[in-house]
Amino acid sequence: MKLSCDEATTICDKSQYGEVTLLERIKLSLHLFLCKKCGKYSKQNGIMTKCYEKQSEIKKGEKCCLSEDEKLCMEKELKEND
Amino acid sequence: MAEKKHTLNPDAWVKLHADYLFNYTISRVNNHDLAKDLVQETFFAGLKAKDNFQGLASERTWLISILKRKIIDHYRKINSAKGKAEVKMNFYSDGEREGEWIEERVPSNWSNETDKNIENEELNVVLEKCIDNLPEKYAMVFRMKTIQQFETEEICKELEITSSNLWVIIHRARTQLRKCMEDNWFKN
Repeated sequence: MKLSCDEATTICDKSQYGEVTLLERIKLSLHLFLCKKCGKYSKQNGIMTKCYEKQSEIKKGEKCCLSEDEKLCMEKELKEND
Repeated sequence: MAEKKHTLNPDAWVKLHADYLFNYTISRVNNHDLAKDLVQETFFAGLKAKDNFQGLASERTWLISILKRKIIDHYRKINSAKGKAEVKMNFYSDGEREGEWIEERVPSNWSNETDKNIENEELNVVLEKCIDNLPEKYAMVFRMKTIQQFETEEICKELEITSSNLWVIIHRARTQLRKCMEDNWFKN
């Protein structure tokens, strides 16, 4: 039943994506109850997740495309290889 | 002879598919030039293999299947012994203290204004730098899972890794990022 800090924080990370099993959740709670260091990790992990979510919004809103020049260049190289 | 449902028209590839393939790639590799190169390589490989096209799938689907191989090859390369840069250890990996926190990596207290802090747009600039500082493999898997929010199963399939493999990578990336943000943003 006992987890190491490495294992506990791995489960903690998994939980940020809602992908832990019931058994993992129980083991994690038990560990967090006893371990201050991982408790702090877990609390900060929630804050990090909020930061990542904002980052995700920003990133998904960015439009990255190839420039017309780059496409022309691609076309040219393709022709040469044909 | 049965007629082919689909045909290839390489002259129109760039016009018809370059943007789509590029977007597909950049959401996985997060680097403009690299994504461009992978798309170009896909077109070259498609040209070479065009006689093998059976016309069962659409041209785009066929090109994507080639691109997928290119992305796996890229992942293998950055995961190979030569390209393998590792994240800093956060836990002892052997001995009596195996699995315990290494002292200087233990989480510190963050400033009280944490909630306000995360609304600051400057934070995302710092965070982006922290992600860029991860070894490439970690950055790639972390971004696919957390920033692009792909399903675990999809990432595992696309990169041909197991889910436990994926979680180890995510765990190491997140521990490293926590430390990086602690040092560069949240510390008092």
